[in-house]
Amino acid sequence: MESVLSRIRGWLLLKDNSDLGFLALLFGVMIALPLGNALFPDGSALHVSSFTLGVWGKYLCYAILAISLNMLWGYTGLLCLGQCLFFALGGYAFGMYLMLMIGELGSYGSKLPDFMVFLGYEKLPAHWKPFYSPTFAILAAAWVPGLVALIFGILAFRSRIKGVYFAILTQALTYAAALLFFRNDFTFGGNNGFTDFRFILGADIRIDSTSRWLFIASCLLLFAVYWLVAQMLETKFGKIQQAIRDSENRVRFSGYSTTHFKVFIFVVSAMIAGLAGALYVPQAGIINPSEMWPAKGLDIVVWVAVGGRGTKLGPVIGAILVNLLKSWATRAYPESWLIILGMVFVLVVLFMPNGIVGLWAQIKARWSKGRLSKPETTVAST
Amino acid sequence: MLSKTLGAYILRILLSSLLTLGTSLGDEKEARRLLVEIVLREGAERAAALEALGDEGDPVIASMVEAWRGGQILRYRTDNATIILFKDGEAFSNLLTGEAVVPATEPKIDRPSRKLRKTLKRIVDLIDLSSPDFDKRIEAALKLGLSQNPQYLPDLKARAKRQEDSNTQRAFDEAVAISELANGSIEDRLAAIRTLGSMKSFRARDYIERCISTDGDTKPTDEMVTAAKRAFAEIDSHQKMVDFIGTLFRGLSLGSVLLLVSYGLAITFGQMGVINMAHGEFIAIGGYTTYIVQNKFASAFGEGSSVYGYYFITAIPLAFMVSAIVGAIMEKGLIQFLYKRPLESLLATWGISMVLQQVFRLYFGAANVSVSSPQWLAGSLQVGDVSMSYSRVALIVCVAFVVIGTYLLLSKTSWGLHVRATMQNRQMASSLGVPSGRVNMITFAFGSGLAGLAGAFLSQIGNVGPSMGQTYIVDSFMVVVVGGVGNLLGATLSSLGIGMVDQGLQPILGPVMGKISVLFMIILFLQIKPGGLFPARSRSLDD
Repeated sequence: MESVLSRIRGWLLLKDNSDLGFLALLFGVMIALPLGNALFPDGSALHVSSFTLGVWGKYLCYAILAISLNMLWGYTGLLCLGQCLFFALGGYAFGMYLMLMIGELGSYGSKLPDFMVFLGYEKLPAHWKPFYSPTFAILAAAWVPGLVALIFGILAFRSRIKGVYFAILTQALTYAAALLFFRNDFTFGGNNGFTDFRFILGADIRIDSTSRWLFIASCLLLFAVYWLVAQMLETKFGKIQQAIRDSENRVRFSGYSTTHFKVFIFVVSAMIAGLAGALYVPQAGIINPSEMWPAKGLDIVVWVAVGGRGTKLGPVIGAILVNLLKSWATRAYPESWLIILGMVFVLVVLFMPNGIVGLWAQIKARWSKGRLSKPETTVAST
Repeated sequence: MLSKTLGAYILRILLSSLLTLGTSLGDEKEARRLLVEIVLREGAERAAALEALGDEGDPVIASMVEAWRGGQILRYRTDNATIILFKDGEAFSNLLTGEAVVPATEPKIDRPSRKLRKTLKRIVDLIDLSSPDFDKRIEAALKLGLSQNPQYLPDLKARAKRQEDSNTQRAFDEAVAISELANGSIEDRLAAIRTLGSMKSFRARDYIERCISTDGDTKPTDEMVTAAKRAFAEIDSHQKMVDFIGTLFRGLSLGSVLLLVSYGLAITFGQMGVINMAHGEFIAIGGYTTYIVQNKFASAFGEGSSVYGYYFITAIPLAFMVSAIVGAIMEKGLIQFLYKRPLESLLATWGISMVLQQVFRLYFGAANVSVSSPQWLAGSLQVGDVSMSYSRVALIVCVAFVVIGTYLLLSKTSWGLHVRATMQNRQMASSLGVPSGRVNMITFAFGSGLAGLAGAFLSQIGNVGPSMGQTYIVDSFMVVVVGGVGNLLGATLSSLGIGMVDQGLQPILGPVMGKISVLFMIILFLQIKPGGLFPARSRSLDD
């Protein structure tokens, strides 16, 4: 048994058993939930409804988004309040493809998306045309956020904007972008955004099998991203990344160009967030500028903080748990769920500085108070 | 003979109404008598008497003439006399005395002839030209002038000579000149163009253009065209000037709003290193405090009472106090544990912000509540052609006080010394005996109080609602970053600068694109000066 495990671990180039455990669980979920949806009829105890699949698919996208922020904040010490922007940009890029696939089934029966007819467009704007190709749309979901991150990253890191300044600037960037996307004449649907999707890659978006495949795709992306992070942490690059977080000046004085490292990681993280957004949109069925409102950016930070900043598993746990809490609280206490959620954040920050993942180590440290032991996962504050 | 007595009446009424700026009972009586007399006259006499009425500025006369035109004046013959009745709905009153009358038989309607109605309309229009209320008089003069109706030109001219107030004089001159553009001789028109040019009259621009256009009935002379060109140049440069001053004023007032909002932030975020995401909610606390005070005043004194107008004066210190107390509680209960973890203070205060917003929604409803401006803040200050609303002027003045007050507090008091010492080096200050815990609490409370103050003022120029603070929070963070974290002078300059640039760009790019350009300009600005206008100097490597 032990040898099988270690062989799989070696095959996946993983060092940690916990990583292996998580990936195995993810793999299991990826198989089991769609099977439950496909094999068991409605009403059976094992039946997984397409709605549930969609909800969990969205949570998985959130988890990917949280991992992308954790790459920045947890491992590089860059608090980005604009991760929702990259997510939404990816969503918009893929949403453009989905909008074009509606074809003449829209309520105006025109080849143009409904909102364009409504706003009096005569023909498709030139920058929309490439989005007939799904490959282009998926690539755009990565490179558009990546490009935005590249330009902004170069501007910000070159002038050594960091810490709180960086956080506030990313928030301002998000705010500016949201204002832009809220405009009708920006050709992205104004505040209604995109919705009423019909087809994805030739399949009807509302049938069960599409939900299953979207769910599987979300699992695969999460799998890949998680694996990538686990790999990266072991490389020299990952070490430098964490060194930048802990003391950027020392790294720079040792001869590394921290600016390049930071720009690179910022772009990669933005691309991952964009891909998560692209998978999120067909499952949520809608994308509009409120997805990139600054408050959303803070939400993501909260997921990471609740789960455990600077840990591989933390962001996944945080994103899923907070969203579960949110969906439960909005139903159970529609009046006061924001109060519940807000208090949870406060309590987590005050009493669980290392999040849920760090809780065990925290309790252990408290238990053996004789020793001066700090939880391993403690992240130096920036 | 008759016209003489009438003239005497009119003069007396005119004088007394001018003196009292309103109608006393005596005037009203005489006005009624005058009117009854006119109604009883016939033919030419009546026309002459009516013409004289046009000089009458009395509002009672105006309303009665209007009523006459509308057929509300009736003749009622009793056995021995004829009474003139005033019909108001179904009720009748004696026009002479104002007493209610129940006529025994159906009174005969004294329906004015078409010609008379026309005269009456003219009279109604002319009466306002002599209104004791200067604003009304100006409005009437301009209305008649802009109508370019030749019928009124002689009346306007005659009255223009009689004006004593400089504002009404200007309005009459302007009205006469505009009317002459269409009705005067070639010389008159030329003179009118020149007059309007030197008056820099915005209204006249279109009329001058029409006057010199060749498709009119009178061909313009070359001289007129040159004069018009010069007049346009004068008007346009004045327009630019007024626009510029207007933009400057709006920029200053937006800058003041930003300043008030970001000053509290500059203290809590800049000086203490705490990122208070709930800062916007402290603004809302200030706004809601004003709302509560307003309602308390309304229920205690009534909305019409004179005391009600002072609710705002009471609300200002209260808004400060309430926000400051909430701030102090928050510092004691939460912030003080997070001084070493600034980025996490962001998360915790974000949680608080969500809680507070929801509490507002539960208590005050999700919709915006209405806070009315007190009487003395309504209206606007007119300087030349630039109008500035009193509430914004008051805001600017108050912000100036806040800036000076904060500066004095921080630089001249021992508490200020403690604050600055603690901000520079918390450990060192407390080892030298500065009670840093208390200083922190008071500073945080002070910063929060300033946000509350901002909320009280914003209630006068914007909406009060659960998310009112969110509107300003991104902008005010930018102000602090541009100004240089921890530098109040920087915050002052940057908020005014951002306000000016924003308002300067808005007319060109529109509000949204203007805002976006400002944000990008800030990002570019930070390329040149990453530490803001006045970067914090420190020997520490990682600051």
